[in-house]
Amino acid sequence: MPDDRRVAVLGAGMHPWGKWGRNFVEYGLAAAGDALAEAGVAWTDVDYVAGADTIRNGYPGFIAGATFARALGWTGARVSSAYAACASGAQAINNARAQILAGLCDVALVVGADTTPKGFFKPVGGERRDDPDWLRFHLIGATNPTYFALYARRRMELFGATEADFAAVKVKNARAGLENPNARYRKAVTVDEVLASPMVADPLRLLEICATSDGGAALVLTSMEFARRHTGTDRLVTVDAVSTVTPTFPQTVLDMPGIATDSAAGSDSVGPTFKRSVAIAAYEEAGIGPEDIDLAEVYDLSSALELDWYEDILLCKEGEAERLLRDGDTTIGGRVPVNPSGGLSCFGEAIPAQAIAQVCELVWQLRGRAGARQVEGATVGITANQGLFGHGSSVIVSA
Amino acid sequence: MPPVKTRLPAIDGWFTLDEEAPALLGSRCGSCGNFAFPKETYSCRNPECQGREFAEVPLSRTGKVWSYTNAGYQPPEPYVSAYPYVPFAIAAVELAAEQMVVMGQVVPGVDVDALAVGAEVELVLGTLYEDDEHEYVVWKWRPLDGAGGTPDGKGREDA
Repeated sequence: MPDDRRVAVLGAGMHPWGKWGRNFVEYGLAAAGDALAEAGVAWTDVDYVAGADTIRNGYPGFIAGATFARALGWTGARVSSAYAACASGAQAINNARAQILAGLCDVALVVGADTTPKGFFKPVGGERRDDPDWLRFHLIGATNPTYFALYARRRMELFGATEADFAAVKVKNARAGLENPNARYRKAVTVDEVLASPMVADPLRLLEICATSDGGAALVLTSMEFARRHTGTDRLVTVDAVSTVTPTFPQTVLDMPGIATDSAAGSDSVGPTFKRSVAIAAYEEAGIGPEDIDLAEVYDLSSALELDWYEDILLCKEGEAERLLRDGDTTIGGRVPVNPSGGLSCFGEAIPAQAIAQVCELVWQLRGRAGARQVEGATVGITANQGLFGHGSSVIVSA
Repeated sequence: MPPVKTRLPAIDGWFTLDEEAPALLGSRCGSCGNFAFPKETYSCRNPECQGREFAEVPLSRTGKVWSYTNAGYQPPEPYVSAYPYVPFAIAAVELAAEQMVVMGQVVPGVDVDALAVGAEVELVLGTLYEDDEHEYVVWKWRPLDGAGGTPDGKGREDA
């Protein structure tokens, strides 16, 4: 891939996920410090800060780029602050990448961090009768797990997935997360334990739905030319694609926070589903296909949703995800391990940090520095996520 | 005997208040015919269409379950929950003519065991929450095969 289409990842850093209850800025700074140290780049050499926003921490969260830049010490670096629900981190990565590829900067720092409340995510305060996110809670009581459960039930009906399959996803990810010092939940579970946990949104149980967490993640991205000069080598981990495409009309899969889908009555044909289109765009941008992928980090907001992703990132055909899981293909040591980090299952979601954390995991895996959860010989990885209001992302990283 | 409470829609203009045969109120684009729910008011969502005129149309009153679940835990505000909390089912329902899926609560007394993908349901009005003088009503889905549930409408037993 030519240098004007990719950027180098010189450093990755994370603050461990948990329920620490401190200011989100601290987590971002810790992650940024680790990423800069890993890159061997001084803060004063960074000329662009791409922040991923949190909407639950007041004004500093809305202008995250400036918040982190000020906390690190104003240097005059330019900043941006991106909010795109679960894809916020990927939008920040893309902002930094675009600046680098446009030749407007050489060294960019990407940071996302969050401090989250306990329990179900709920809309931010106030009575807002024109906000779909407020309305779905008020009129229906539809939480995020409601949507995950609708998709899960659909899998059971269309493809014969079982509750035991969903539980097996949790078991797999819990085992991987045991080996990840940045994960919040590091405890092995059995299928029976998963199936004995309380039902939250039938058929999904408490242990199958991702928690909300505090955490922070950061990346140092640079131009290829800077990276070669700085490291004295050509062996670089690079970001080859950042897909942030939006849905196409008509969107026929019920999507958070909608109460209804688009109507397909006036359309001759309906294209790929939104989640699939996000991954397809990433593959096209990187000029590779799913057969080239060695590992994936996907957004397992629920155990069942991970199975949807196998198909949406084209690891298998529709309806074959359960077979992939049962055959052990997506377990560490299998053909294409999925969520070797432990996934959201072991992290819980720290919204603006999560898409960045997915890339951190790929970077460490491709450098062979993932310890006991290492995917041997991995050279290409993909991330995927989807959030509210037509946001999703997929990042392809190679070494 | 407690005074009869006034029934008010939980949201204005989203459905008719016809107790016997209520319907969701969607919009239909005057240019391309695209249906939307909730109603489109300014600009058509079809990217090929420049439509700015919309007719208010009642949507199909019956449909087939696309998928379903339940709310095992009390949803957070702004959901207004009765005390003690009573879990309820939720269905996403495909409307054939409009080729769209609309989510709603399922009437009380019908849990997931009584639901199935593809099952036929109809739209009814049911209580979402109440205060001292009012019952706030919303659309709910009710199985057509007589799978149970309380009428959850006028004159229901628990009123």
